[in-house]
Amino acid sequence: MKKQTVLNITAHLVLLAGAVTMILPFLWTVSTSLKQLSEVFVFPPKLFGQEIRWVNYLHISDRFPFSIYFLNSLKITIIIVIAQLITSSLAGFVFSRLRFRGRDPLFGLYLATMMVPAQVMMIPNFIVMRHYNLVDTHWSLILPALVSAFGTFLLRQFFLTVPSALEDAAKMDGCTPFGMYWRIFVPLSKPAMATLGVFVFMGSWNDFLAPLVYINTQNKMTLPLGLASMQGMYSTDWPVLMAGTVITIIPLIIIFLLAQDFFIKGVTLSGLKGE
Amino acid sequence: MNTENHSGLAGNEAIYAAAKQAGLTSTLRKWFQKDGAWALLLLLPNILGFLAFTLIPVLGSFMLSFTSWDMLSPVKWVGVDNYANLVKDETFIKVFWNTIYFAGVSVPLGMVISLLLAVALDRDIRFKKFYRAAYFLPVVSSMVAVAVVWQFIYNPEYGLLNYFLGMLGIAGPNWLTSTSWAMPAVILTSIWKNVGFNMLIFLAGLQGISESYYEAAELDGARWHHKFWYVTVPLLSPTTFFVTVMSFIGSFQVFDTVFLMTQGGPARSTSVIVHYLYENAFKYFNMGYASAMAYVLFFMMFIVTVIQFWYQKKRSAY
Repeated sequence: MKKQTVLNITAHLVLLAGAVTMILPFLWTVSTSLKQLSEVFVFPPKLFGQEIRWVNYLHISDRFPFSIYFLNSLKITIIIVIAQLITSSLAGFVFSRLRFRGRDPLFGLYLATMMVPAQVMMIPNFIVMRHYNLVDTHWSLILPALVSAFGTFLLRQFFLTVPSALEDAAKMDGCTPFGMYWRIFVPLSKPAMATLGVFVFMGSWNDFLAPLVYINTQNKMTLPLGLASMQGMYSTDWPVLMAGTVITIIPLIIIFLLAQDFFIKGVTLSGLKGE
Repeated sequence: MNTENHSGLAGNEAIYAAAKQAGLTSTLRKWFQKDGAWALLLLLPNILGFLAFTLIPVLGSFMLSFTSWDMLSPVKWVGVDNYANLVKDETFIKVFWNTIYFAGVSVPLGMVISLLLAVALDRDIRFKKFYRAAYFLPVVSSMVAVAVVWQFIYNPEYGLLNYFLGMLGIAGPNWLTSTSWAMPAVILTSIWKNVGFNMLIFLAGLQGISESYYEAAELDGARWHHKFWYVTVPLLSPTTFFVTVMSFIGSFQVFDTVFLMTQGGPARSTSVIVHYLYENAFKYFNMGYASAMAYVLFFMMFIVTVIQFWYQKKRSAY
């Protein structure tokens, strides 16, 4: 019993030290975003400045179309999340429940492409986008993200767990495959869909490379790219830069706190495929 | 079976006749009479997207890697020249070793830390939810935001890191502008960002180990470190295997971290393959050369996966 207590205290100490290391930089970001520029350079560093300057948050939008970045990110992310939920659930249903020739090789091909690095696809995709004059439009970010092998895989795994008795009953009632998908599999898979949705949201909201490659115009930038462009120009104005950082992170933290279990499930599900 | 299939076939009598002539009818009809038509219909968006943005680009990139093309002049076939040039390109050799350096340090170190945290979190302790959330905070944050914060932390004059080091009597270096310290700094940030992700996967693996093994070990008089080495580590090996492969694959592709924190500098000391690839493709429009790099990257990932699977097979006793 006593040994257990010692081990538990050790565990707490390890976890606490780690947690402080994880949280401190965020705390520091928030505190810096509320300081005056001169106070940033005070040594030793203080957590709070003399006054709390909310006005730094207003200054961002004076210099950058931050609300436009925000709306762009929101628009693109929502479209991609909805599209991937539809396409992945349809494909997941087909690969788990319908029987047709060539199903397994096709699914194998899907899985195999998960191993190909995005950089391999990036170059031809850029060439094609340029050919169709889609560079510097949101289409270049949305189109390649409408379909996902990972999402297909994730939902297929889930659909496989749905008992086939339900399927047989539906067939007996004259349900078409689409009817079965729509009336049985979609309602049953809400948690799995939520998990995928949250995961895709995170990936799309944080995506940096694709906007960097495709978007040049300020008004079309997403939050990460906007923040990066801001960093280039105002690298010395730390409080304003930190305010932009806070704005970029906060929506994800809110979603994470609201949907923590789905995030965790997404990570563990993506981890389970190795076993 | 359902009217839609038949009308679809009736509308294409010419194709049907041609198929009949080629002796394909029965196969075709069988295919359609099963779920084939429905599958095709429901998979249509996926197949189109998959063809247009994955399969064709993968093949296109492979073709491009044997050409020299700047997107203005006509495509020139150069055979394996791009690959031959990569081996001679000093910058590529440098970024190749930088990538190995990054992966070789960040993967093992990140694994040890995340396993340690997962083992601590797997105990029956309080505040589990808080710890889990704290470690997951960096995982959900965008890399751009993380890079901004860490550049500030690494600042030699007013950054937090050197302040803490100063308290210990250590004069910290100018992290991001030193050719020897920039890479360790980038690695540290990357581990900090990803440790929560791996920790959760390890945690799921640990929870899959049955309590009875530990009880049996205890009856044999095993102490906690015996239990860790002789029960936890071997039984966790499928998870460890997965995390290793994924971490290597992820760190071979590192880009955001480097691009945002150091732009590959100083003196290319933090430039990695994807960074050099990005420059070649989207700054200088050397599309063929960049494609060859993408395939070298693919090959590296392939090798790691093969090695890991081979290793896994060899010790698949668990």
